[in-house]
Amino acid sequence: MVGPGPAPLENANPLIYRRSGERPVTAREEDDELPDAIDDREIFDLIRSINDPEHPLTLEELNVVEQVRVKVNDAESTVSVEFTPTIPHCSMATLIGLSIKVKLLRSLPERFKLDVHITPGTHASEHAVNKQLADKERVAAALENSHLLEVVNQCLSARS
Amino acid sequence: MPEALSLLCRVPAHPESRCWALAWSPGGALLASCGGDRAVRVWGRAGSSWTCRAVLGDGHQRTVRRVAWSPCGSYLASASFDGTTCVWKRQEDGFECVATLEGHENEVKSVAWAPSGSLLATCSRDKSVWVWEVDEEEEYECVSVLNAHTQDVKHVVWHPSQELLASASYDDTVRLYREEEDDWVCCATLEGHDSTVWAVAFDKEGERLASVSDDRTLRVWRRYHPGNQEGVACSGTDPTWKCVCTLSGYHSRTIYDVSWCHLTGALATACGDDAIRVFEESPTSEEAQPTFSLTAHVPRAHSQDVNGVAWNPKEPGLLASCSDDGDIAFWKYQRPEGC
Repeated sequence: MVGPGPAPLENANPLIYRRSGERPVTAREEDDELPDAIDDREIFDLIRSINDPEHPLTLEELNVVEQVRVKVNDAESTVSVEFTPTIPHCSMATLIGLSIKVKLLRSLPERFKLDVHITPGTHASEHAVNKQLADKERVAAALENSHLLEVVNQCLSARS
Repeated sequence: MPEALSLLCRVPAHPESRCWALAWSPGGALLASCGGDRAVRVWGRAGSSWTCRAVLGDGHQRTVRRVAWSPCGSYLASASFDGTTCVWKRQEDGFECVATLEGHENEVKSVAWAPSGSLLATCSRDKSVWVWEVDEEEEYECVSVLNAHTQDVKHVVWHPSQELLASASYDDTVRLYREEEDDWVCCATLEGHDSTVWAVAFDKEGERLASVSDDRTLRVWRRYHPGNQEGVACSGTDPTWKCVCTLSGYHSRTIYDVSWCHLTGALATACGDDAIRVFEESPTSEEAQPTFSLTAHVPRAHSQDVNGVAWNPKEPGLLASCSDDGDIAFWKYQRPEGC
């Protein structure tokens, strides 16, 4: 996995999508007495503002993540996210997937099992990227690599 | 079935971190654990509980992935993501690092001692398996670098009595190695798993090998020597390892570890679905087509992924497990009646 360098952009003119609005807060959610289950929109809100490693745009603006590709089962403590690279040969796919995974690992209760995959049929190395993202030993080792961690943190930092 | 595996004790072994692996000392009195906190800890029994006897905290700069005791019990080896393997010597008042084995390009994933105690094997994300020889001055020398795998090597184990080494890999295969004219060669490739093979374990006699994988199956392989009566083809003088049993449908996520008890024959697995399972061979099982049945299943053995399981080598039925939740748990296994 490599960080963004001075190389020419792989996808110089990506399509830009409109951001979704703020989540409306329901009366039930305002009632502190009632337990709030974690739902698809909540997960989507966690990942939609992740920065693309190449463009000054978010993953939502590039349509890399969509709410319909987020599946949560709070009762079974599972979260599944599919992401769609903007081009089928995007070399940043693993880094984007890792950023999504790290964001969720840092945000969600530890009981959740996280699966982050490429949307089927949208990337040339789909199987290899999925396998790497599913390997928690590789993910753990990657996060002990200070250079890589810095790149991931850049993707996860709030844009000024 | 719920009574088959009962919890004896739970210890926060690597708090705020994950516990990656466990190893019992050959005498069964001590348990070593390692984890994401870069430390190795050694545990001993104190009444009905277990207490920390030593913390080996200054050997590694990154996660310690696996630990292994030498057959004599005097040495402990630790493999780390920092690319090194440390050898610790047991002293009267703790452990001292007596050697640091360097050479792998990146993360060392596993380490294992040969039954003679004079050979050590390590493996790494750099796709290689190294065999090291130790002399009487405690000097370690690399005698072979094996590049048979095409990907990350996850685990190495030695045959219980022979100088035969097995390795499991991200390339979905298990490979076996033996010495040949002063060098080591790959003498068998076990293909069948559909994804990463995370761990392997030999049975007591070493005629069978169990492997566990990201494909959520456990496979049992049997060794067939040249000229075997079953007519299993062998190439040259090397035996063939044939898959004789596949246990699928039991595990709902990646299986990270397997331990084959050399006292009882029970197989235990550590799974990413937080569960521990025990399988036993049916008494009516046939050699060429053995059948194993699930005899214990603890669905929430830990609050997160179970990374390691280890049967005590001396006390039948004593099982230790470790998890991403940082805990070690000790279990008593009672074979259910009628199995």
